[in-house]
Amino acid sequence: MQYAKPKTVAEAARLLKDEAGVTRILAGGTDVLVQMKAGMVEPALVVDIKGLPGIREIVAEAGGYRIGACVAGAELGEHAGLKALWPGVVEGAELIGSTQVQGRCTQAGNLCNASPAADSVPALVAAGAVARVIGPDGVRDVAVSDVPVGPGKTSLKKGEFIASIFVPARPDRASDAYLRFIPRTEMDIAVASAAVSLELDGVGMVTAARVALGAVAPTVRLVEAAGAALVGTRLDEAALDALSAACSAACAPIDDKRGTIEFRTHIAGVLAKRAARIAYTRAGGQA
Amino acid sequence: MSNIHVTTSINGDPVEFVCAPDEPLLDVLRNRLGLTGVKEGCGTGDCGACSVLVDGRLVCSCLVLGVEAEGAEISTVEGMAEAETLHPLQQAFIDHAALQCGVCTPGILVAAKALLAKNPDPTDEEVRFWLAGNLCRCTGYDKIVRAVQDAAAQMRSA
Amino acid sequence: MALDSNGKRVFKVVGTRPARPDGVDKVTGRALYGADVSAPGMLVGRILRSPHAHARIVSIDTSAAEAMQGVKAVITSRDFAVVEDASTRDVQVNCMADGKALYDGHAVAAVAATSAAVAKAALKAIKVIYEVLPHVTDVDAAMKAGSPVVQASRAVENVPKGFSENVTHHCEFGHGDVAAGFAKADKIVSRSFKTAATHQGYIEPHACLASMTSDGKADLWCCTQGQFNVRSLCASIMGMEASQLRVTASEIGGGFGGKTTVFIEPVALALSKKAGRPVKVVMTRDEVFKATGPTVSTSIDVKIGMTKDGRITAAEAHMRYSGGAFPCGTVDMGAMAGFAAYDLPAVRTYGWNALTNRPKEAAYRAPGAPQAIYAVESVVDELCQVLKLDPLDVRLLNAARKGTQSSYGPVFDDIGLVATLEAAKAHPHYHAPLGAGQARGLSCGFWFNFGGNTCVSLNVNTDGTVGVTEGNPDIGGSRASISLMAAEELGIPYDRIRTIIADTASLGHNDVTDGSRVTFSVGLATIKAAQDAIRKMCGRAAKIWGIDEEAVEWIDGAAVPAGPNAGKFPPMSLAEIAAVSFQTGGPIAGHHEFNADGAGVSFGVHLVDLEVDKETGATKILRYTVFQDAGKAVHPAYVEGQMQGGAVQGIGWALNEEYIYGADGRLQNAGFLDYRVPVASDLPMIDTVILEIPNPGHPYGVRGVGETPIVPPLAAISNGVSRATGVRMSELPMSPPRVLKAIMARG
Repeated sequence: MQYAKPKTVAEAARLLKDEAGVTRILAGGTDVLVQMKAGMVEPALVVDIKGLPGIREIVAEAGGYRIGACVAGAELGEHAGLKALWPGVVEGAELIGSTQVQGRCTQAGNLCNASPAADSVPALVAAGAVARVIGPDGVRDVAVSDVPVGPGKTSLKKGEFIASIFVPARPDRASDAYLRFIPRTEMDIAVASAAVSLELDGVGMVTAARVALGAVAPTVRLVEAAGAALVGTRLDEAALDALSAACSAACAPIDDKRGTIEFRTHIAGVLAKRAARIAYTRAGGQA
Repeated sequence: MSNIHVTTSINGDPVEFVCAPDEPLLDVLRNRLGLTGVKEGCGTGDCGACSVLVDGRLVCSCLVLGVEAEGAEISTVEGMAEAETLHPLQQAFIDHAALQCGVCTPGILVAAKALLAKNPDPTDEEVRFWLAGNLCRCTGYDKIVRAVQDAAAQMRSA
Repeated sequence: MALDSNGKRVFKVVGTRPARPDGVDKVTGRALYGADVSAPGMLVGRILRSPHAHARIVSIDTSAAEAMQGVKAVITSRDFAVVEDASTRDVQVNCMADGKALYDGHAVAAVAATSAAVAKAALKAIKVIYEVLPHVTDVDAAMKAGSPVVQASRAVENVPKGFSENVTHHCEFGHGDVAAGFAKADKIVSRSFKTAATHQGYIEPHACLASMTSDGKADLWCCTQGQFNVRSLCASIMGMEASQLRVTASEIGGGFGGKTTVFIEPVALALSKKAGRPVKVVMTRDEVFKATGPTVSTSIDVKIGMTKDGRITAAEAHMRYSGGAFPCGTVDMGAMAGFAAYDLPAVRTYGWNALTNRPKEAAYRAPGAPQAIYAVESVVDELCQVLKLDPLDVRLLNAARKGTQSSYGPVFDDIGLVATLEAAKAHPHYHAPLGAGQARGLSCGFWFNFGGNTCVSLNVNTDGTVGVTEGNPDIGGSRASISLMAAEELGIPYDRIRTIIADTASLGHNDVTDGSRVTFSVGLATIKAAQDAIRKMCGRAAKIWGIDEEAVEWIDGAAVPAGPNAGKFPPMSLAEIAAVSFQTGGPIAGHHEFNADGAGVSFGVHLVDLEVDKETGATKILRYTVFQDAGKAVHPAYVEGQMQGGAVQGIGWALNEEYIYGADGRLQNAGFLDYRVPVASDLPMIDTVILEIPNPGHPYGVRGVGETPIVPPLAAISNGVSRATGVRMSELPMSPPRVLKAIMARG
């Protein structure tokens, strides 16, 4: 295995393109190193992108924030502005792993690992976040929801990597929330998860809603019917039941060591309801 | 696969080593530098026994490559005591019987020290969630939480 | 011996809470565990493991691995001695498969190489051809005729015909007329239970360093609960004489029973022998889960009859345990312990062991008892619910006490169950109001406690300090408790004593650190070794004073003339006698060796308050209190530590821990990510109440305390969850999907 720590994005892209064998990007390393240890991947080249300019910064942009690909989960939690604007996005990222993992793990890495259970992804999808991808052919912006295409698989082409993730501006009276279910209180992979992003009008009516589910399908799933169930409501019980039903209907999970199909399908609806209530309250709605 | 030369700082001392490009920092600390106070319980970031600070940030050294230590400042349990004087956390762990087998203790001490640097007056719940990544199979955590709180109180009044 | 007003012995240092002697080493990272030592020229040993649950090994071709640069030895089962003794041979075959791989992760070959990278590559170069065989991992399936047979012809004589050949073991305990007892019952509850296999989950993986030389001598450094057992097993497996193998126990990073046998030690020795260099073998965490530990998995039927006022009239249980791919007698412990808390007119337990394609069971804290008592205490709780009786009152009404004929035969002497139950009943926890959706569960627990072979040396140094040499690895603070007992007996301060754990060449045999035997047995041997030294010191004083030895007694750490007729001499302290020992006959030492008897049984009661999220099936533990009879708590803080640690292991077992096998018979969760031991944020404080009902078999009244606390949590939590949800739970763990399914089935 070769290790490289390029100083420019062009150099990083070139290194990745020129390597004929398996390559891996090293940001936080909390997935890649585990996979290397288990022998699941034996890269010929690991490119450490932490030396790239701006890659560890969160910068305000167009009313939103651009989050560098190497910003660790703990650093997101320490950023007051981002946390105020997109609390659900931040809580999703902060739920990845332990305090120790938080010192290293990144949203971009979580996204590129392409686990359907990735904690930081549902809230990014609900937020309509956009990934900036750098590759041999230059720069392109891709919706976060379009990055994972299946368990462990992304739409990134050879030589491409994510340099940053952009979360947009929000109107007043808007917020989001993310909840996951795990058997313990920490240290588990999500058995099912839900992110809800809401915008309200002056009287607490939901004007826009996006709902994304994790760990209930091969990729994180944006459930448009679930969002639609909330629009035009003040999050009354009927709306929440409709949300829950739409979420459960959108589930196509698997049975595995972490949960059953039946359990995941049920829980996804429960979590979406609970997350919606939190997002609503955060947005200033009176439940 | 030739080894890479790394210049770093460990517990305040300048250190140089060579390591394989895919070698975890944990293996470097234990096998190349003799810092066997850093423990390996899983090698996959699930137990926290190998916790160290890298540039002030708490991490599992099994999830960091040795080469990433270049130019960094690393702190391990071996750097907690000052000569003969134990760190208040170390003394509190002995006084409160917060360790039994002791193999998780170095990682928990490093993690607890990082917590108190960030939050000198944590609630029990904050201590428990901060330390959730440090598995202890002997104590049931009760005496660990008490020891951390006692050390925190001592450090606040110091 | 000073007595208090109640005639109880008054202790000077026993019962205090001094710092443990291993504390500073452990908090500074200096303590040396199994993987922390190295030797010049050391090689890295790694083990190749079967990916199949059950397979015939057609061939193993090691030639490519042997030819690799840096590979210094490759071994298979051919490299071990032929062992006659069946149980030792099982250990050997578990360390290295012979002809058949019996479970996912079973070792089939091993290499020693100059680096971990070369060793890893060499494992890949070994070509094993397997013929995959049908497998069985479920105990009930394994017992049925027609099941895939894990090992043929291993059944003991008393196993009836008609079962699968997997059934290797049968036992039966009890007394009284069970049928007549059930006829007297107002209510009978019968229920079947299942418990998953769990792992001890020690944080330190198994590790050892072996160095064997061409003259047949060997040194082995390893993390173990019993260096003498490691020596005898390894010597047999390697065909060595015990005297030629010295085993040194490292600091141990948790064991809980799982480090009472060998897994990698014979492999490291065989590699070292073949390579002619020291070899270190350290297991990875997935190897620990796949190839060491776990407990038995069980399937248990319990039937109990009760009168409407709460008197148990008869009880019966059928217990089917599987200890994995090798014969296992752990069901004996379950069948004996199941009803131990009750004074029963009629009781019968039947036990069975069946082979499955799972790793060989290793002891885990009160092996066999938690599962059996979980099933029994669940049915008792259900009867209390049905008959609307207070669960503590019912247990008090039926509690075993002094003179009770136990369900497994012996008549109990002084035991602490009633006192423990009464303490629980009087405790504020039992009367605290519960919130909406919350419930309280309780359960009794029991463990036998062991004595066993023990040998201690106590050396009096010329500066008035004392060294105690014992042979049992310290897994729970025993060096402190042994020093406390030596200090008590000798009448000198705790910090004048240093207790160390000897290697196998430095002391006579000591049984493994298991069965909660160490504070009792080693403590007793230490007291007797101290008395031996005291006799000698009294003799030295007598010599100095010119009086008879019998005219000298030992009071408060000094020799004194026994009464006015003995003569008038000022007391001569241990330090004063030690200082002149070279002039009065030479060094002074005390010894004691024996096969300790008289370990008193230990009972506990746990109370838990919990709530269940009815939309997710998740259980939150809100409050937890442990009540336990410790006999005499030598170091109360460390006794509390045992009670808290055991309780939390039991909480993990009740809620989330389990071995999960796929349809292919492979272990699905061989890591701490999905083998879910409790983390700090899962738990409340674990309150403890120590009862002290002296064990008549120990001069200080000591009972073992380490194992009983893992027993009650299983049923206490199951009873709480059953009451919170309104559904009687009957399978462990009560993981959220399982609990939610039960809630939804109830409707």
